Amino acid sequence: MNALYSLLFVFLLVLIPLFGVDAAHLRTFFGVCIPTTAFIIFIIGFIYKVIIWGRSAVPFRIPTTGGQFKSFDPKLFPQNKLDCPQTGAQTFFRMVLEVFAFRSLFRNTAVSLHQGKDHPIVAYKSSKWLWLFAITFHYSFFIVALRHLRLFLEPIPFFVNGIDFVDGLLQIGAPTMYLTDLGLLAGVLLLLGRRLINARINYISYASDFFPLFLILSVALSGIYMRYYAKVDVIAIKELTMGLVTFNYVVPEAVGVSFFIHVFLVSCLMAYFPFSKLMHFPGVFLSPTRNLPNDTRAKHHVNPWNDPNIKAHAYADYEKQFGVPMAEAGLPLDNPENGKAPEEEA
Amino acid sequence: MSDIPKADELFKSIDYNPPTTGWMDTPVDFSPGHWCYPAKPEKMEYMESKLPGLWGPARAWSPGEADWKLPSNWKEIVVNGFRERLKKFRSLQVFMDICVRCGACADKCHFFIGSGDPKNMPVLRAELMRSVYRGEFTVAGKILSKLTGSRVMEEDVLKEWFIYFYQCTQCRRCSLYCPYGIDTAEMTMMARELMHLVGLNINWIMEPVANCNVTGNHLGIQPHAFKDIVDFMVDDIEEVTGKRVKAPLNEKGHEILFITPSGDVFADPGIYTFMGYLMLFDEIGLDYTMSTYASEGGNFGSFTNNETMKKLNAKMYAEAERLGCKWILGGECGHMWRVVHQYMDTMTGDTQHAGMTTPKSPITGTVFETSAATKMLHITEFTADLMKHNKLKLDPSRNDHLRVTFHDSCNPARGMGLLEEPRYVIKHVVNNYFEMPVGTTREQTFCCAGGSGLNTDEIMEIRLRGGLPRGNALRYVQEKHGVNTMACICAIDRATLIPLADYWAPGVTICGVHEMVANALVMEGESERKMDLRQEYLPGFEDEEDDWTPPNMEDA
Repeated sequence: MNALYSLLFVFLLVLIPLFGVDAAHLRTFFGVCIPTTAFIIFIIGFIYKVIIWGRSAVPFRIPTTGGQFKSFDPKLFPQNKLDCPQTGAQTFFRMVLEVFAFRSLFRNTAVSLHQGKDHPIVAYKSSKWLWLFAITFHYSFFIVALRHLRLFLEPIPFFVNGIDFVDGLLQIGAPTMYLTDLGLLAGVLLLLGRRLINARINYISYASDFFPLFLILSVALSGIYMRYYAKVDVIAIKELTMGLVTFNYVVPEAVGVSFFIHVFLVSCLMAYFPFSKLMHFPGVFLSPTRNLPNDTRAKHHVNPWNDPNIKAHAYADYEKQFGVPMAEAGLPLDNPENGKAPEEEA
Repeated sequence: MSDIPKADELFKSIDYNPPTTGWMDTPVDFSPGHWCYPAKPEKMEYMESKLPGLWGPARAWSPGEADWKLPSNWKEIVVNGFRERLKKFRSLQVFMDICVRCGACADKCHFFIGSGDPKNMPVLRAELMRSVYRGEFTVAGKILSKLTGSRVMEEDVLKEWFIYFYQCTQCRRCSLYCPYGIDTAEMTMMARELMHLVGLNINWIMEPVANCNVTGNHLGIQPHAFKDIVDFMVDDIEEVTGKRVKAPLNEKGHEILFITPSGDVFADPGIYTFMGYLMLFDEIGLDYTMSTYASEGGNFGSFTNNETMKKLNAKMYAEAERLGCKWILGGECGHMWRVVHQYMDTMTGDTQHAGMTTPKSPITGTVFETSAATKMLHITEFTADLMKHNKLKLDPSRNDHLRVTFHDSCNPARGMGLLEEPRYVIKHVVNNYFEMPVGTTREQTFCCAGGSGLNTDEIMEIRLRGGLPRGNALRYVQEKHGVNTMACICAIDRATLIPLADYWAPGVTICGVHEMVANALVMEGESERKMDLRQEYLPGFEDEEDDWTPPNMEDA
């Protein structure tokens, strides 16, 4: 049901520019106003959220340790520097692996129950599917986004051309098929399929989990349609996109409606991003169980709101309360007076 | 425990298929057995007098009844408290925003594995809070509540929190697998802080907290009784070894203050571990004292709120100052070490007295730089260092009747990284050591299902279900290697693993690491060891008790 809502909603989104451009001729509105506004919302929303996170205090260093810590004798007990970092540099590398290789997800296991001969068996096996789907999806998306830089930069930087070249290395079809187009599509569909088919994952999915997947799917499909089927006028499009970044707005006549649909969907994605779970992208950098070294036993960390007024129950009060039996039991007292049986307690 | 199904039946009842109703529409079972008993009002009155404003109204109430006797403005208190904590804890704020519900955590929780209840999937446990966060604090959540999984704070929601945040042992296993490191332990801590504000609490946590504050230990044993118990143990040690060991209490002018969870002093089999400490320290001539005032290493405050955690923890440095100790040696304990390792110095480090120094073993001279800030050392680090320098005379063959495995306690594993030291110590004192299957040990270890204050009998079925993964891994090595002993470095484990093992792997005994150390320890001038610390006769001496005949009569 949640999936259906999301799918319908994305269909509606497709219809808006379709009618807006084709029937209402709002070409400047959909070619310039919408993407510019969406981009501004994206940037401001993104920064605002990160500032909110950054303002929230980090009272304690709480890394989740995933291996042996730095021991008194690192030779005898070698430290797992990546999963249990003790220094800033080690933590940096832990984060690099987390962000670029999805290291925690790579650990994933799947549990299953079996009835053994005479007793039950709980079994665990490595399960890397989610990791594979996720890494395919994210890297494809990332490279697709990088490739789009060619529309916003003149001259086109060498690395964008390089990516283009490698991505189209298979030389299939004309225009040449990009591997990442396939990867992105496959990644979204696999993640979507998993969410639909796996009962447990389906159970925890909201419309807001399906919507971004459908939205990204629609972005990818509209892009693919433009490139491989509509074979849009890229020169005209670049004129428009360069206009966007140089504030020199033009909407050439040669730009077809498929472009407006693509841009509108991308705009939706940008505007939606800061208010959604897609913020896991900046969020992973700020996760306190990952981005802190495991060093508070060796180094002082300051809690900005530590309350100095919270003090231990004083020993003096303790001795006052238990002094008599303590003295009888032969326990030493700070104040021998406390050991004398007082009248009022008798 | 009579109405708890047999292990096989319970196992068959586990169903991982989610119910047909959505999780927000699935009612919560409030029948007895699903919740822990609330705290006694007098304990809450006491806490209110010590840390005012954190506990809501002290009253008698029951989760089984419809009226939980909440304060009239409870909703305001919870929502405001929530908002305040979003600013105080980045973990909470970030974890509220970034979960993508990928489900990687789902089958990592021992409570889920043993129950199949979807709200025991860490993702849903956290959604119990996140849904409220979105419904109360985000625009999208307020407008599109159903589509974004949002809801506002209602009494039913709060009641659901009480059931499920007291069904999380803060073991952090989910956080290890989460691609963003989302830590349900943090969520549970926050939810419990909020629930305390409106007077929702459990006695198994609050009574120990109150006791720890007054008497120094969680059972509320007064100092003279504490001394009696320690003296009994000294007698028992003499019975076994023929040696009378020192057990200094509250003495000033010693180099080291030794603090261990008080469960080691009162509860079988922790007491044998405690005897192990005493024997070890006596044998190496350690200049140390224990304290009745700071006689609880475990910090039950860490199961309530950060203020109480700090207040209880502050005793350690206060006592080190009063007694003039240079550094603190800590016993085998799980959450104690989470607190010591990741919280203590931050909370109370500024109250260390000037005479405290980085721990240095007086026996080997090793300086433990890794604890330079807290000045507190884990006993297995200390003992491993002694063994490395061959300072102990050990006869592991005395433990030859044991076939041992080691249970990594959650907190030392995932909140510290202490994995190798205890193994090193164990391997020096036993000859038959076996690891449980990969995926169930070290950083992937499974909880005993009684941590974070849930070691209470009224939820025994929940505990046994949560104990399935650990119990089953234990059963595996029991069948494969004949393992008959599971060692651990946690006082709660030593209490909770016993029913767990009896249920899932009957025949396995639970012990502390230093119990085995002491059994293997060859003490100077000791008499021949015929029995272990449990006063059970060692192999070859079984007949001693009944048909012992003096040697000179044998031929007669």
